[in-house]
Amino acid sequence: MGDPSEAPSRQYTNPRSFQGPDGRRSQESSQPQAAVPEEVPQMLLSQQRGSQGPPSGLPQTNLRWSQGASLPENENWQTSQIFQAAEAPMGHSEHPGFPLGFQTHAYMEDSRTLASEHTTNLMLQQLQQGQGSLFQQLEPTYHSPGASFLSQFDSSQREDQHFRPSTQHSPYPRDDPGSPRFSFSEQGFLYYSPEVPEPQPRDLAVQNAKAYLLQTSVGSDLSLYEHLVNLLTKILNQRPEDPLSILESLNRTTQWEWFHRKLDTLRDDPEMQPAYEMAEKQKALFIQGGGGDREQEMEEEMMETVVPNIMESAFHLEQASVGLSSDESFRIYLALKQLVQQQPVHTCRFWGKILGLRSSYLVAEVEFREGEEEEEEEEGEELLLEGAEALEPHGGEEEGEEDEEKVVDVVPKPQWKPPPVVPKEESRTGANKYLYFVCTEPGRQWTRLPHVTPAQIVCARKIRKFFTGHLDAPVISYPPFPGNEANYLRAQIARISAATHISPLGFYQFGEEEGDEEDEGGAGRDSFEENPDFEGIPVLELVDSLANWVHHTQHILPQGRCTWVNPLQKTEEEEEELREEEEKADQVLEEVEQEIGPPLLTPLSEDAEIMNMSPWTTRLSCSLCPQYSVAVVRSNLWPGAYAYASESLGTSTSAGVTSTARTTSTRPCQPQSSRSTRVARRSWRWATPRWRRSRPCGLPRSRLWRPQRRRRRTRRKRRTRTWRTKALQPLPPSR
Amino acid sequence: MDAESLLLSLELAAGSGLGLSPDRRAALLTSLQLVKRDYRYDRVLFWGRILGIVADYYIAQGLSEDQLAPRKTLYSLNCIEWSLLPPATEERATQMAMVKGRFMGDPSHEYEHTEFQKMTAEDDVVVQVKEETRLVSVIDQIDKAVAIIPRGALFKTPFGPVHVNRTFEGLPLSEARKLSSYFHFREPVGLKNKTLLEKADLDPSLDFLDSLEHDIPKGSWSIQMERGNSLVVLRSLLWPGFTFFHTPRTRNHGYIYVGTGEKNMDLPFML
Repeated sequence: MGDPSEAPSRQYTNPRSFQGPDGRRSQESSQPQAAVPEEVPQMLLSQQRGSQGPPSGLPQTNLRWSQGASLPENENWQTSQIFQAAEAPMGHSEHPGFPLGFQTHAYMEDSRTLASEHTTNLMLQQLQQGQGSLFQQLEPTYHSPGASFLSQFDSSQREDQHFRPSTQHSPYPRDDPGSPRFSFSEQGFLYYSPEVPEPQPRDLAVQNAKAYLLQTSVGSDLSLYEHLVNLLTKILNQRPEDPLSILESLNRTTQWEWFHRKLDTLRDDPEMQPAYEMAEKQKALFIQGGGGDREQEMEEEMMETVVPNIMESAFHLEQASVGLSSDESFRIYLALKQLVQQQPVHTCRFWGKILGLRSSYLVAEVEFREGEEEEEEEEGEELLLEGAEALEPHGGEEEGEEDEEKVVDVVPKPQWKPPPVVPKEESRTGANKYLYFVCTEPGRQWTRLPHVTPAQIVCARKIRKFFTGHLDAPVISYPPFPGNEANYLRAQIARISAATHISPLGFYQFGEEEGDEEDEGGAGRDSFEENPDFEGIPVLELVDSLANWVHHTQHILPQGRCTWVNPLQKTEEEEEELREEEEKADQVLEEVEQEIGPPLLTPLSEDAEIMNMSPWTTRLSCSLCPQYSVAVVRSNLWPGAYAYASESLGTSTSAGVTSTARTTSTRPCQPQSSRSTRVARRSWRWATPRWRRSRPCGLPRSRLWRPQRRRRRTRRKRRTRTWRTKALQPLPPSR
Repeated sequence: MDAESLLLSLELAAGSGLGLSPDRRAALLTSLQLVKRDYRYDRVLFWGRILGIVADYYIAQGLSEDQLAPRKTLYSLNCIEWSLLPPATEERATQMAMVKGRFMGDPSHEYEHTEFQKMTAEDDVVVQVKEETRLVSVIDQIDKAVAIIPRGALFKTPFGPVHVNRTFEGLPLSEARKLSSYFHFREPVGLKNKTLLEKADLDPSLDFLDSLEHDIPKGSWSIQMERGNSLVVLRSLLWPGFTFFHTPRTRNHGYIYVGTGEKNMDLPFML
C-alpha cells in the first residue's frame, strides 16, 4: 500500500466519518453501535469496490462514492491508504450510507491548508497515545429522515447503501443550525483532547452540516447538497477539459437542467411544433403526386415541363456570389412544380426573393395559358363595379338631404376635380404582362398578386417602405398609397422588372418587322422572341461594354404605364410633370403631351447615371479561371438585381440569362425629386437636346438614343457583327 | 462569422441572398488560416463584404484572447492577400460623415469634398479623403452599431477579460425570439443607466453588454424564424445587408455584412 500521495489527502480524515470498532465503542453513544455489525458486510462490499486488499479487519476507509463509478481512483486510493496507515490498530469502518465523500471535496479546498498539518499532528499524537476517542467522535451519517430520499437524487451506479434513521440527540450546544460551518477544521473535532465531554461532537457537527446543506432553497425544492451532487456527477461523467475555468457555467447549467427536465418520449416538444409543421409541409413537396404507374410518371416528367431548371441558374448565380443555398433552391424548384400543377401555367420563372420584416416573399413570374386568366379578372372587376355602385346611391341621398336643409345658405362646392384616373393596362400587356405569385416559404400556399395600376406605380415611386411579410398589411405613407401591401409589392415588382431585366444583345429579337413604328409613339414593339441564330458573345466582351446588354422589358412611363394613354380630359398634370423633370419651360419636342420612353431592347449604355455613378456594374465571376466564368451584371439602382450570362461553348444557344432580384424594398440612392428617378431620367435625356445636358462621365456612351430607330438599328447591327469572321452579309431590304 | 465554421455559417446566412462564390470560399478557407498564424490571433472572423463599383472589399477581423479588446481589421480584394487597416479614430469618423455615395473599390481612390470656411475669407478648402480611411470608419460604425452575439456566448471572468463560453449551448427557443437575448458586441454604453432593480436580475458574468432592446430607433431589427423554428435570422434595417443568424439550442451563431456600406438614413420613414 505504498501510496506516495498520502499526505495531501490527510484532511479527508476530518470530515470522514468513522466508527470505532466494537471494542472501542464503549464510550460511544448507542447509535453507531447498532450500525456497526450490519455495516461490516457492507464494508466488505464497498471494499471490493475499492479493491482494497485486506478485508474488514482493517479500516475500510473506502470512500463511499455514492455517485458513479467514475471516481478519481487515485483519490480513492489515497484516502483509503491513509486511513489504513493511520488507523491500523483500530478497525474503523466508515459508515456505508453516508455519502459524505462529495462533501469532502468541497471541504477539501477550504480546509486544505488549515486542517492538514494540524490534524495530522493531532492524530498522530492520538495514535501514539492509543486513544480511541479521536476516531469515535465522528458520527458518520446524518441519520436524518431525509437520508432516504437522498438516494433518489444521487445518480445511478451507486451501491446499495443503507441509511439509518437519526437516533442520536446528544446535546450539542455549540452548533447553530443556521451558521455555516463549512470548514470542519474549525469544528469541535479539532479539539482532540479527551477533555471534551460531549459525545461525538464531530459526528454531530457533520450531521448539522449536512442538515444545513439539505435545506431547500426558498424558491425551489433544490437543496445545495443535491445541487452539488448533481454538479459533481456531471463533471465526472462528462470530463471536460479544465473544469475549473468553466465551473460557474457548469454550475448554472446544472441548475437549469434540474428545472428544465427533458420531456418524456410520449409528448412532443411544444417549442419545436412550428418546425415540425413546416417540415411536414415540405415533405409533401418531395412526395410525387398521386398513384399511377411509376414509369408513366417518369415519361411524363421527361417531357417538357414548364418549370425551368432552377438548379442550373442557381449554380450560375452562385458563381456570381449571389443566391440562396442550394437546398433552398431545390425546395423552390419543388414549390414551383407544385404551383404549375395547381394553376394553368404556360411559362414560369422564379423571379426572386424579397425580404420583409417578419417574413420574406418568394416571387414567381408566371404566364397563364390563353383564356385561363380572363375569368378571374372578370370576377375582380365585377366586385369593383358593385362596390362603386353601392357608393353612388349613398352620395345621391346625401346631396338630397343637404338641399332640403340648406335652402338659403348654399355652401360653395369645391371646383377641384380629381385628376383623371389613368386606366390600368390590360393583362398580358405592358406592366401586367406577367402574373406574379408569392409565397413565404416553399411548401406554403402560393398567393396570386393583383394587377398593377398606373396610380400605384406612380405612388410607389415616391415612397419607401419596408415590407412586413403579410400581404394584407396596410401601407401607411405619404403620399397615401392606394392599396395594401400586396399592391405595393406588385408595384415594386413591376418597377424592378422594368428596370433590371436584361439580356445579352441579340439574344432576343423582334419577331416581325412592322412598318411605321414612329406613329405608335413610345410604345413601339412590345413583343420579342428568342433569336435562333444567336451565337453568344464572349464573356469578356459582355463585361467590358454595357452596350452588349439590352433591356427586354418595357420601360414604364412617368404616367405609370408602358403604353401612353391620353386620359379623357386635358393632360395638364402630365405636362407639368414633364416640365418639372426638365426644369425648362419650352419643349423641344413636337408632341408635348405624349410621354415616350426608350423602346424595347435598348442597350444598357443608354441608361442614365445615378449620382455620378453608372447604374450597372459588370464583373467577371472568377478572375482565376476566366475561361469558365460567367459575366455578372449588377444593378446599382436596385441592390440585389443580378444578371449573368455565359458564353455558349458549342453552337447551340446555351446562353442563359436570369435576373433575380432580392431587395429590401428600397429605392436606393434616389433623392426624392422626380428628376432623378430612373424612368424620368430616360425620358428627360431623350427630350432635351444634347447641348442642354451636361456631358456625363463614366462608361463610353454609344450613339445617343434618338427616335430614328431604324437607322440606328442598322448601324448597331453592323457594329456588333464585326467580330464575326464571316463577311458582312447584305442587309435585308426591309431594314 | 468564425473562420473555423465558415462553410456552415455561409449556408445558414444564405437566406439573405448574398453569399460567396465557391472560389472565394476556397480562397478564404486557406488564407484565413494563414492570417491566424501570422498575426497570432485567437479567433479570426470573416466580417463580410463591402460592394464597390469597380471591386469589392472582403473584410476579416482578428480577435485576441480578450474578446472585447479592440479588434484588428484586415481587408483584401481577392481573398488571398490581406492588408491590415489602421484603427479608427474620432476625427476620421467626422470626416467620413461628409462623404457619401458608393465605394469605388480602389483603396487609394480619393474623395474630395470642399469644406466651406465661414470665418476666413480664404477659398473653400478642398479636403481629400482616401477610401481606405472611409473603409475603416464605415467598418467601425457598423461594428459599433450592429455587431451582435447571443446572450451567454461570452462570459466575463472575475479578472476582467471576456472569454468565449465553452459551455454555451445555444439560446432556448423561448428566448430566441426576444431582442433582449442578443447583445451588442462592443463595450457597453448603457449598463450604468440601468436601475438597481434591473441590475439585481442580471448575472454579472453573462449580462455585461448592452442588449438590443433599447436600440434607437425602435424596430430597427427584424427577427425572423426560417425553416420553421430552426433558424433565427436577425437583419438590421439601419445597415441593410447585415445578417445575424443563430440556430437555437446549438452553438452556431455568427454575423456577416454584405452591402454597400451605406447607412439607411430613411429608416424612420420606412417603418
